[in-house]
Amino acid sequence: MRDFSYLRATSADAARQAAALPGAMLLAGGTTLIDLAKCGVAEPDTLVDITHLEGLDRIEIDERGAIIGALARMGHVADHADIKSRFPAISEALWQAASAQIRNMATIGGNLMQRTRCPYFRDPSNFAACNKREPGSGCSAIGGVTRGHAVLGTSEACIALYPGDLAAALVAFDAVVHLGDRRIPVDDFFLLPGTTPDKEHAIEPGEMITAIEIPASAAARRSTYLKVRDRQSYEFAAASAAVGLELESDGRTIRDLRVALGGVATKPWRARAVEEALKGKVLEPETVRAASLLAVEGAVDHGANHYKIELAPRVVARAILKLGEAA
Amino acid sequence: MTKMTKIPVHLDINGHHHDLQLEPRVTLLDALRDRLGLTGTKKGCDHGQCGACTVHVDGERVLACLTLAAQAEGRTITTIEGLAREGELHPVQAAFLKQDAFQCGYCTPGQIMSAVACIREGHAGSDDEIREYMAGNLCRCGAYPHIVAAVRQAALEVAS
Repeated sequence: MRDFSYLRATSADAARQAAALPGAMLLAGGTTLIDLAKCGVAEPDTLVDITHLEGLDRIEIDERGAIIGALARMGHVADHADIKSRFPAISEALWQAASAQIRNMATIGGNLMQRTRCPYFRDPSNFAACNKREPGSGCSAIGGVTRGHAVLGTSEACIALYPGDLAAALVAFDAVVHLGDRRIPVDDFFLLPGTTPDKEHAIEPGEMITAIEIPASAAARRSTYLKVRDRQSYEFAAASAAVGLELESDGRTIRDLRVALGGVATKPWRARAVEEALKGKVLEPETVRAASLLAVEGAVDHGANHYKIELAPRVVARAILKLGEAA
Repeated sequence: MTKMTKIPVHLDINGHHHDLQLEPRVTLLDALRDRLGLTGTKKGCDHGQCGACTVHVDGERVLACLTLAAQAEGRTITTIEGLAREGELHPVQAAFLKQDAFQCGYCTPGQIMSAVACIREGHAGSDDEIREYMAGNLCRCGAYPHIVAAVRQAALEVAS
């Protein structure tokens, strides 16, 4: 790991300003950044440590929703009683992510800044071509081993998967990122790769995530995060679904439905086509399974990741039906 | 790239205070092992994937390989060397011996530090829960069934 200078921020404003300088980066839990510095992917000149700032780790919940401070740790949010009762999908997405140690380190703001696990991106000494790392250098993944790559939201420049779990649950429930006074929906915070896969987030130099706001809803209260993976724990999703369900008073007609996918796309993927197809319909297994196929509309595989196109709709359907049974 | 100057880092480890001069890039793991001779904390993958370097910072289990030593300043750090009290093994250490919960032993300090926290967090209520919340500690020898048994035994002892 190349050396850098270390600056401990004493205020959020000072941190933003210091991190706006060329070569400077914010350091929170470090679970992505220190790892990528060791891989030679991140080469900061200065790290601005924000983990000693006070007051940015609060979790505030009322009838309007939850506001989670950017420095709240993943593990604390996952275990928070009101998050578990009012936003079960958020808690489930968090505790099924990474390991207990990493969840104690990683912050909610840093979680949104998590980078892809694409093995070509992570290995600059063996794979020089990576448009995400070096714009214009090409893509080593296309034509390579693609079992863990995206099938939705890809471009000719990049097929790297967005690996996170939490963000899928956040986009399902219309969460909003606070960048100081600026507000931006989480769905818009994550950018499609297009021709600029190096630009992943709608955040500018001098900005810092300060909180994430999740509006309360009946669908969020009756929600789940279903994660299917190669092994039972401590693994990224092969395909996952954050789903929220609100039924009419008849107990069988769908009033509101939220569906977002993880593990299949280049960003957390809201599946609005599934939601629209099922709203107003009676919750029946056949109807749900047929509508869930819309989750992968437009999907393109690169060989070894074809299984995700079959798997994702099944995960969506299973999650919806599971919520339907839990009256 | 100019060479970075060393910075002063004050660490509170197992109740002892240490004043160090470190390059900013030095991880807590390397400071423990190479500067302070506390080699109980192991370096496995050095990328946050194996859990061998698990220590406690302010009472919570974290990975020393992904923590900069400078970040740990002002925190209370506990390593495997700081677990026993006055020559008396911690109940989790004793349970690992009793249940024969290791083979080569390389992952064991990390397993034990993780298990102490797992029990304290209240995540050792069933074998399934223990497996889930100990998943961040890999054991290449495959001693998992005995590790689960040790955590279960220690959790019962701590509760009683």
